[in-house]
Order: sequence, then C-alpha cells, then structure tokens
Amino acid sequence: MFATAVIVFREVLEAAIVVGLVLAASQGLRRRGLWIGSGIAVGLGGSVMVAAFAGGIAAAAQGMGQELFNASVLFAAVGMLAWHNIWMARHGAALAKNINAVGRDVVAGLRPQYLLASVVGLAVLREGSEVVLFLYGIAIAQQDQASALWAGALLGLAVGAGSGYLLYLGLLRFAARYLFSVTGWLIALLAAGMAAQAAGFLVQADLLPTLRDPLWDTSGLLSQQSVLGNLLSVLIGYLDRPAGIQVLLYAITLTTILVLSQIYRPNRKRSTRVVSKLAGAANSE
Amino acid sequence: MKRLFPVALVRLLVALVLVTALVPAGAEELPRFPLTAKDSRFVPEMIEVPAGKKFRLVVANEGPGPEEFESHELNREKVIPAGKTAEIIIGPLKPGTYSFFGEFHPKTANGRIVAK
Repeated sequence: MFATAVIVFREVLEAAIVVGLVLAASQGLRRRGLWIGSGIAVGLGGSVMVAAFAGGIAAAAQGMGQELFNASVLFAAVGMLAWHNIWMARHGAALAKNINAVGRDVVAGLRPQYLLASVVGLAVLREGSEVVLFLYGIAIAQQDQASALWAGALLGLAVGAGSGYLLYLGLLRFAARYLFSVTGWLIALLAAGMAAQAAGFLVQADLLPTLRDPLWDTSGLLSQQSVLGNLLSVLIGYLDRPAGIQVLLYAITLTTILVLSQIYRPNRKRSTRVVSKLAGAANSE
Repeated sequence: MKRLFPVALVRLLVALVLVTALVPAGAEELPRFPLTAKDSRFVPEMIEVPAGKKFRLVVANEGPGPEEFESHELNREKVIPAGKTAEIIIGPLKPGTYSFFGEFHPKTANGRIVAK
C-alpha cells in the first residue's frame, strides 16, 4: 500500500504544486475557483483520454510520439506561464497596490483567466495520464491486495494534493504587495524547469543534441529522489544529472521571461493612472 | 467565455496530437538491444552495451498492465502500455553501470545496463 502511495504521490505532486501556485497567483481574480476547477476537470478528462490512447500516441512519430506529446504539453504550459508573468508585470503592481475594491475588480477582470486555467489543465493532463495508466494497471492485475493498493493510491493523491494546498497557504502568508512578485518568480522558475524537462524528452526522442550528458552530477550531494530534491525538482526544476541542453533551455526560458517582464513593466505613475482611470470608468457606469 | 475555454483546450490537444503524429523522429540505424517487461519484472536484468555508442533499447511489455521504464542515471522515462513495444534511444554512454527500474513496479522490476 505504501509503495503505491509513493508512486501516486510523486505523479500528483507536480500537478498539485502547479495548482497551488496558480491559486496563489490568481488572488483577486473573480470566479477563479470556477476557472481553475474547470482547468482541473478538463485536465482529468484529458488524462483519461490520453491514457486510453496511450498506445496510439506511443506508436506515432516512429515510436517517439510519447516524447513529442510530453514535450509539446510542457512547452505549451511554459508559453502560457511566460505570458501570464508578462501580463502580471504590466498590471500586477496596480492589482496589488490598489486598495479601491472597484479598481481592483476592474483590473482583475481584465486578467486572462484562461491562461492559468489552461496551465492547470495541461499540468493535470500530463501527470494525470500516468496516474490513470498506473491505476488501470492495478485494476486489471486484480490481485488479492487490490483494496490496499487503492487505499495507497488515495493516500498518495491526498498527500500530493495536500502539498499543493500547503504551498498555497504558505504563499498567502506573504503580504499582498509581495505576493505577486513571489508568485512571479516561482512561476518563472517553474516554467524554466518545465522547459528543461521538455528538452529532456526531445533528447530522448533524439531530436535535440545533449550538449554533454550529464553536464554535472550532484546526485551524491542532493539526489532528485530525496524528498527535498524531489520537491526542488518540481518547484524550481532542479535536476541532479541534467544534460547540457536542459540547462541551456532552462537559462533561455528564465532569461526570456525576466527580460520580457522587465520590458513590459510600466513605470509606477502610469500604472496608477491606468487603474484610477479604469476605476473611474467603472464608478461612472 | 466560460464555454470557450474547454473548446480551446480541446483544440490545443488535437493540435498537439497532430504535431506529435506528423513530426518524424530521427530514423538512423542504431544497434538494438531487447528488454522485456513481464509479470512486474524486467528480463534480462543485465544488458551489456558498447560504451561510446548510441543504441536503441527495445522494450516489449508483455503485461499484465502498463509499465514505465525509468532510469535516473540515464535520464530516461517512458510509459509502455501492456502488449506494446517501445524504443528508447540511449547513449553514447561512458563505461559504467546504469540502473533502471519499472516505475509502476519499483520493488520487483529492476535492472541495469552495463556499458563496456
């Protein structure tokens, strides 16, 4: 039972961390529960579909379909996370600083909710399809300990989801004016980690050169299999034996997000003006 | 807007599947080494490969149930549905021992690749 719990936990953790981070990053967003909830629901539905068509996906692209599919899902999530961060760079300060509830609602109403909902959907889809496959394996094995295995799966699911919730609660402890810069950094690092993971899949499909594999080996210092290493790998993309190309993509993604956010950051005066103007417009309606 | 979102995601998914199906993977001829996943174990549990050369590990899953080939040392992970065969491109490896395991049966499904 415990082994099953660990397996399910590991798969669930990444999606749970993404959901927790997105929940914190979407503070002040109207109907975010609905958006994020539908992201999770669509992701779960997609997981079952991906699991059902796992054979077909695996056979595509001369047997490298699974790698390409994983890399595509990851890159799509990276793009949406980057987009969200750049949007927040432009409007986040106004969102956090404006105490006027109407102005806050107006700015919040402009946020591209579907971005974060889709990120949640993609994260759940990727990790969820492996959980579904694994549970399907348990179900058809029909062993005597089937009930213990299911209990383990539920335990893993609960602990994984709990970890995401803890991250969410932890992030909420930050004061409003720091919250969005903290979530912004975490999202940038998460996106960079996903890009590195996607690069790994493309190396596995033989579509990208490794540029030295591994570039370094810190598995003796901090193994990715340890609790801390696993958490860091999910949160900030820590890899104990990364290929050179993974490190390169990590750096490119992080730099791109930070540079674009900087470019699109409005100066303080302008952002305040925009908010008061929007708030004024809303008040006059 | 609410209804648009699932449609958008479904479209994205369809696009991803299409891209997945259309992009050809490198089809160069590499030496092939067979591996079988069966009854929660891998057979053989030790595979000898030449060091310094890329190769294809051809993993057949005879079931029951899906298995995920995973190796931290090799930086590889791949799900193989029951009754299917998957190819995993590995290397070039430095001489040494690289362990792998089945993520869905981590206690019993263990093996290692020895590069010489």
